[in-house]
Amino acid sequence: MTDITAAAGTLHLLYFAWLRERVGTTEERVALPAGVVTVGDLIAWLQGRSPGHAAAFAVVRTVRCAVNQEFAGPEAKLVSGDEVAFFPPVTGG
Amino acid sequence: MATVRVQEQDFDVSAELAAIAAGRADIGGIGCFVGTVRDTAGGRRITAMTLEHYPGMTERAMAAIAAQAEARWQLLGCTLVHRVGRLPPGANIVLVLAAATHRQAALDATAFLIDWLKTRAPFWKKEGFTDGSEAWVDARETDTHAAARWSTASD
Repeated sequence: MTDITAAAGTLHLLYFAWLRERVGTTEERVALPAGVVTVGDLIAWLQGRSPGHAAAFAVVRTVRCAVNQEFAGPEAKLVSGDEVAFFPPVTGG
Repeated sequence: MATVRVQEQDFDVSAELAAIAAGRADIGGIGCFVGTVRDTAGGRRITAMTLEHYPGMTERAMAAIAAQAEARWQLLGCTLVHRVGRLPPGANIVLVLAAATHRQAALDATAFLIDWLKTRAPFWKKEGFTDGSEAWVDARETDTHAAARWSTASD
């Protein structure tokens, strides 16, 4: 199983497909930023993190999210230790 | 208990069919869907399809949906195998098997499972073209509609 017990006080961020390519990394750990309560807040914060992040999150309606490996909407609440993944709409099968 | 695997290597449909039926004679029918890599996309010839997934979430999500199908159609067996990595045209991508007492449950469960895999399982496809360019496959509205027809009041 994937380790979802991130270090206390941090979020474990994962990126897949073209979000990964634009951000430029597969994963990163960040301290839960002040004022970030929900997934939507986190996306807004990430948009200002780097040009790559800005490109990845430029069109938010094309971005999907999972918190602790469950699909989550922009209203989902975040707490320290969460695994938060961002990716495009899925295209398997 | 369903068999759920994500793997790079190919799967053997005959072996998977034999495994689902091994040691039992109560099965009346086994629905089978095999998804393969088509050699064209949007009228352009492709050289390969590369599949990426979210390790951990993928297996959890596939096991959960297999359990849902087993309960809804009272399946006697269920197998989901999805390949990842770089696959050439013609290669197998995904296998769905659903065994039941009668054919309708087997066929309906098979359709449900592949529709669900296409819209809810965290896999992403990237197509490689003959000119060396690559493009991520866009999600299709028709797939979302196909999955939505299986919605129940409890979803």
